[in-house]
Amino acid sequence: MNNSRLDYILHLADNGLILAQRLGDWCGHGPILEQDIALTNIALDVLGQARYFYQYAAEVDGQSKSEDHYAYFRGERDFKNYLLLEQPNGDWAHTIMRQFFYDNFMQLAYTGLLSSKDQQIAAIASKAIKEVEYHLKYSSEWVIRMGDGTEESHDRVQIAANSLWEFTGEFFVPTDYDNEMASQGIAPNLGSLKNDWELRVKEIFAEATLQVPQATWFQSGGKTGLHSENLGFLLADLQYLQRTYPGNNW
Amino acid sequence: MSNNKSWPLWEVFIRSKHGLSHKHVGSLHATDADMAIENARDVYTRRMEGVSIWVVESKDITASDPKLNDAMFEPAADKVYRHPTFYILPDELKHM
Repeated sequence: MNNSRLDYILHLADNGLILAQRLGDWCGHGPILEQDIALTNIALDVLGQARYFYQYAAEVDGQSKSEDHYAYFRGERDFKNYLLLEQPNGDWAHTIMRQFFYDNFMQLAYTGLLSSKDQQIAAIASKAIKEVEYHLKYSSEWVIRMGDGTEESHDRVQIAANSLWEFTGEFFVPTDYDNEMASQGIAPNLGSLKNDWELRVKEIFAEATLQVPQATWFQSGGKTGLHSENLGFLLADLQYLQRTYPGNNW
Repeated sequence: MSNNKSWPLWEVFIRSKHGLSHKHVGSLHATDADMAIENARDVYTRRMEGVSIWVVESKDITASDPKLNDAMFEPAADKVYRHPTFYILPDELKHM
């Protein structure tokens, strides 16, 4: 069903774009030069993934639109990124925790997508998996460093975990297009990824001397276009120039 | 960012895809060896400069004193007998 597949591809693309936009805000503001570069490298990696998916979306959509159309000319209700990714950067602990939750999930998701019946998605996944393995190593180590660090770093990263926890349920609750993709063998079954995700959180948090939050109520809606008020402001920044001067380029 | 005293300085050595030895490319700050390797990967291999990274804390490197360069290195300049250039090799030796 082309609509489900298009929706799924846009979901994957939107994740990369929104996260890249958030991480880009750290450029020039990192706590130390090397970490500034590390975060912006991650931003470039996920933006690269987004571009591959937008280009493929344009192909599947079959309306001769360019990748830029999907990035710059859709509104909030059309975006299908996780709510987690549009949350504000906050402090370093917040940014790292958001990254860790997402990397942990995407490492599992991309691994599943390596055997997707959609060849192009499998190809993109085979490239992205190498990037996300590095990102996961990076963010896991930072969670441990801060958790098992000073009293201040421990408090900050625990607060980050507690406040972002409610956004992690969305990974595992399938939308209609998720279900359609799983039944066609194009995407892994989301429920099957949950155990491994939780195990790795437990493992990393234990080494970081952090408590795994126990709340069981989770936010959802991002995957179907129901977003927090953050997204409007983020898109205003991202899309202003292209919407004001359509077709403009460097 | 607070004091860099808690972020030691590390020297970075990279071996390129076509090289045989690690070359010094610069330095960076990191709190531990894992972070030093990752920072080196992010900062010094962005443009595919290398395929292997060594990091060493700067404090573990001892360098010769440039003020002693004359005493250290000049005497070797005029001792031609130390170079293996006076052997006559038989033609049968192919790989010398």
